[in-house]
Amino acid sequence: MNNLTQTLQGVPLNHYIWLSAIIFTIGVMGVLTRRNAIVIFMSVELMLNAVNLLLTAFSVHSNDPSGQVFVFFIMALAAAEVAVGLSIIVMVYRNTQSTDINVLNRLKW
Amino acid sequence: MEQLLILLIFLPVVGALVTAFTGNAAKHVALVFAVASLALTAVVAGQFIPDASTQFVVNLPWIQDLGIHFHAGIDGISLITVLLTNVLVPIIILASYQHNYKSPAGFFALILFMQAGLLVVFTAMDAFLFYIGWEAALIPIYFICAIWGGKDRIKVNMKFFVYTIAGSLFMLLGIIYLYLQNPAHNFDIQAFYQLHLDPVQQGWIFWSFFIAFAIKMPIFPFHTWQPDTYTEAPAAGTMLLSGIMLKMGIYGVIRWLLPIVPAGVQEWGNTVIVLSIIGIVYASLIAFKQKDAKRLIAYSSIAHVGLISAGIFALNTQGMQGAMIQMLSHGVNVIGLFFVLDIIFSRVKTNTIAELGGIAKSAPKLAIAFLIIVLGTVALPGTNGFIGEFLLLIGIYQYNIWAVVFAGLTVIFGAVYMFRLYQNIMLGKTNDLTAGFADIKGTEQIVLVIICTLIIVLGVYPKPILHLSEASVQQLLEQVNQKLTSVK
Amino acid sequence: MINLVWLVPLIPLLGFIINGLGRNTLSKNLIGFIGSSVIFISFVISIGIFLALGNDAVKSHEVFLFDWISAGSLKIPVSFLVDPLSSIMLLIITGIGFLIHVYSIGYMHDDEGFGKFFSYLNLFIFFMLLLVLGSNYIVMFIGWEGVGLCSYLLIGFWFTNSSYATAAKKAFVMNRIGDLGFLIAVFLIFTTFGSVEFSKIFPLAGNMLPGNSTIALIALLLFVGACGKSAQIPLFTWLPDAMAGPTPVSALIHAATMVTAGIYMIARSNVLFDLAPVVQHLIAIIGLATAVMGALVALTQTDIKKVLAYSTVSQLGYMFLGLGVGAYNGSFFHVITHAFFKALLFLCAGSVIHAMHHEQDMRHMGGLRKKLPVTFLTMLIGTIAISGLPPFSGFFSKDEILSHVYEYNKVMWAIGVFTAFLTAFYMFRMLFLTFFGKYRGTHHAEEKIHESPKSMTIPLIVLAVLSAIGGAIGIPESLGGSHWLSHWLAPVIQHHGEAPDHATEYILMAVSVVGVLISIAFAYSKYVKQNHVPVADEGQRSALAKLSYHKFYVDEIYDTLIRKPLDAISVFFYKVFDKKIIDGIVNGLGWSTSEASKGVRLLQSGNVGFYIFMMVVGIISLLLYTYLSL
Repeated sequence: MNNLTQTLQGVPLNHYIWLSAIIFTIGVMGVLTRRNAIVIFMSVELMLNAVNLLLTAFSVHSNDPSGQVFVFFIMALAAAEVAVGLSIIVMVYRNTQSTDINVLNRLKW
Repeated sequence: MEQLLILLIFLPVVGALVTAFTGNAAKHVALVFAVASLALTAVVAGQFIPDASTQFVVNLPWIQDLGIHFHAGIDGISLITVLLTNVLVPIIILASYQHNYKSPAGFFALILFMQAGLLVVFTAMDAFLFYIGWEAALIPIYFICAIWGGKDRIKVNMKFFVYTIAGSLFMLLGIIYLYLQNPAHNFDIQAFYQLHLDPVQQGWIFWSFFIAFAIKMPIFPFHTWQPDTYTEAPAAGTMLLSGIMLKMGIYGVIRWLLPIVPAGVQEWGNTVIVLSIIGIVYASLIAFKQKDAKRLIAYSSIAHVGLISAGIFALNTQGMQGAMIQMLSHGVNVIGLFFVLDIIFSRVKTNTIAELGGIAKSAPKLAIAFLIIVLGTVALPGTNGFIGEFLLLIGIYQYNIWAVVFAGLTVIFGAVYMFRLYQNIMLGKTNDLTAGFADIKGTEQIVLVIICTLIIVLGVYPKPILHLSEASVQQLLEQVNQKLTSVK
Repeated sequence: MINLVWLVPLIPLLGFIINGLGRNTLSKNLIGFIGSSVIFISFVISIGIFLALGNDAVKSHEVFLFDWISAGSLKIPVSFLVDPLSSIMLLIITGIGFLIHVYSIGYMHDDEGFGKFFSYLNLFIFFMLLLVLGSNYIVMFIGWEGVGLCSYLLIGFWFTNSSYATAAKKAFVMNRIGDLGFLIAVFLIFTTFGSVEFSKIFPLAGNMLPGNSTIALIALLLFVGACGKSAQIPLFTWLPDAMAGPTPVSALIHAATMVTAGIYMIARSNVLFDLAPVVQHLIAIIGLATAVMGALVALTQTDIKKVLAYSTVSQLGYMFLGLGVGAYNGSFFHVITHAFFKALLFLCAGSVIHAMHHEQDMRHMGGLRKKLPVTFLTMLIGTIAISGLPPFSGFFSKDEILSHVYEYNKVMWAIGVFTAFLTAFYMFRMLFLTFFGKYRGTHHAEEKIHESPKSMTIPLIVLAVLSAIGGAIGIPESLGGSHWLSHWLAPVIQHHGEAPDHATEYILMAVSVVGVLISIAFAYSKYVKQNHVPVADEGQRSALAKLSYHKFYVDEIYDTLIRKPLDAISVFFYKVFDKKIIDGIVNGLGWSTSEASKGVRLLQSGNVGFYIFMMVVGIISLLLYTYLSL
């Protein structure tokens, strides 16, 4: 266990930051450019996980376990969110035969 | 002692709750509670020692983290307004007896609820409590007007509500600012009195409070909601608005404006007096040619309130005492006027002056009562209106002789429009509409007798009322002057 | 006795309450009895007070009742002042008041508002007594406005006639204009002297020098008040219209008592007016102008009451002329004699009108001498008295005023005397048109004409006697009298205007008597010998006669210059300024908010991608902001 920690700490923090930044940006781009609700959903998950990665990295780096506790919270929350989100998407699909978000433009003015 | 004030404030609340569940008997229940409040007020007035101190003080912690207390008390100035409220509410309830309002329980419960809100305003010694009462009094009147009003009620009511709320928002900002300036971090009025604000700050606070009060009174040019609202509101609503609610603004000026920002008052008081006097002349002139009687009274009310406001800002004992007694008198008179118009409306379904005439022939008792109320309104010596108007004018005179020349035009103009109104409604030949006009009877007669008695008794022997508030008024003026000299 | 003075106004007030409450239930006889007897009791007490004051060395008594208004340094008690001036006014008001009450029992007998009428009359007496008894300006003001109210009620007594109601309103409003002047004068007095009590003000004012501008302003404003109440130019037009009221009202209120309140007030404040010679001069001019104007208009009127009304305006002008030249005694003397003979004349006119079944137009009268002998004789006495022929009362009082005017200014005297000639002319014109010649109405109406009942003729006779001999209280020294009145009033009115020497006085008297006789002769030749009858309303008149007949068009001028512009302003303010501008701004605020929201809401496109894009843009810009501001 100790070994693992040391190994992880061996990787410079910058690498983690870069990685998670890249993943986050991919997520953002995905959300912005895709129109399929499910893909957008996946991209949101990607962003969440990028943050999780960063939290874990900092947690290890500064030897503070509370960062990892956060991650567990986020994961639990994400699971709940997925459950709700997917069911909404399923309902939308049943009603409109589509998962294209541009169909859902009636909520305005 | 302190239980007495709590009882006084919460009795109407209890009354409202009870009344809400009494169905068609609501008016009787409401009347019982209103009369009980009146009796309680009589006890309070009896125990009141007419000096400058605040009595019956209640000070309970409420939201302690923010320094908010349920802090209320009664001094001479409060007592006058409390008297006004608790004398007029039973009269208003009794005056509503003749109507068959739909869902009366809600109607009368709202009146009592409003009474509680007004009492909070008039006794609050904590700015937060004051603000709560200020807004709480608005809610019932909104529903009274919106549900039981005339055909344009929704539109008119919207304007009234938004207008007053907008005004009170400025006041809320002012209160929060004062709270932040207050080193003790509470809303206590005494702490606000002790604040040392520079004149610029005082100027801003002055306007933030004054706009709220000016809209409520209303003072020219913030008055345009009022004629519409008075015309569209049900009779009881109009009476509540004109008889009691506009005194909230006047009371606010006296209690929350003058002593807190005297430098602001000194800087802007002239402006206010000018506005008030413009309002007097302007509203009187408009009242000349009104076609609708209710609207005419609404404009006359603006003129009268302008006089009160000018008298207050003259900052002397006579003006201030005149304002105190005129608050009472104006309340009684204007309720009387609107009640008479309501009686006429309930008989002939119109308040258009040109369609009426000759009612005195078929309803002599109503004619006498109406005449006495008109005389009170035009301030004939021997009626209540004279005492107030005389003191106010002499107060304004000491401020400036030209001010009194213009303000005094109300003496002439008031006679013109009130007697025009009286003549066109009551005198002359009867027409088809008014030929079978039934004279007053039952509760109508009781209400009018009470009102006329008040008009004459207050006019002949005003001393007890003047005595109640004199010490407090003088202390308040001293406080203002002291603070002014200390700023210099 | 003097301490019982509060009973004097209180008893009429009780009468008002009893008659007011019992107006529909009590019998007419009882109402008439109560209404008259309360005044009679007051009259008896007033006599007692008058006698007691005569025997008392102290000539001024204040009777304190209760504190009325107090605010700071302003303290106003309700208290009464009994002194020579007020005690004599008490006698006039209650005495003549009583006679007119008795007269009204007969005159109003068939009126359905009998009870109402008596309660109003009693209320009027109450307020009038307050006016003269008040020991300060405010109590005086209560009475001052109170009599205005009663005047309003009684002018509009037959309110179903809307022109009567309008006349009542006009009287009240015009009085109010004066009242504002009075009120501001009171404020000035309060700030100058620190009190409104006569007993504090006048001694202080006595120490001041003439020409003080504050005092002048006070005097001017008080005079404005007096103008309203006593129908002087420019506020006189209400008085002729006030003839809409029942005739006893015209006699009591609009001739004998209320309209002389202004003179009483100025006489009471004579100390102040003496300090303001400029204002006195103005009063003299306005008084003279009013006297001339009233007389000129009275020349051509055809309504018997209108003639008397304008004659009252004219006589009041005389009184003000006297006040202006400092002849307070003379003016007050004229108030008393005028009260006698003008009340008499009005009551006689009432008797004629009563006999003619409410016909007031002299063109339909004539030859009534035989039918109404008592009325004719008493009216003749009244007419002689007002014309100023010795030894009737009017001669002495008018002569006293004119002789003082002569010393003051010769031109004014000339105009004054000329007006006296006019007075004699129009009064005899009225008498001749009514009682001489042939009856000009229908034969049917002629048969119904009858002399009035005893309750009406007895007051006429009493007043006729008073009009004849009333001058005795002020016979000047030049005629061997001692002028009792000026001695009696000496404690109140110290200062007298300049009076000419005896020789000049005799000449002045001779001039006026001869002139009056010529005027009467002229009237006799025109209206009795030539049987001249005024033409119908539409008939041809010379330009001057037309001007006079239409009352110099003053009402029309006021209408165009004041009422119509004000009404126009009212409409403009309401429809344009209030509705369009102020309410426009208020509604505009609401409108612009909703318009702005119409634009902003387009951002809410419903496109999720756009929302997310905006969200990201928002986050990035927030980050940038934090980064840059670090």
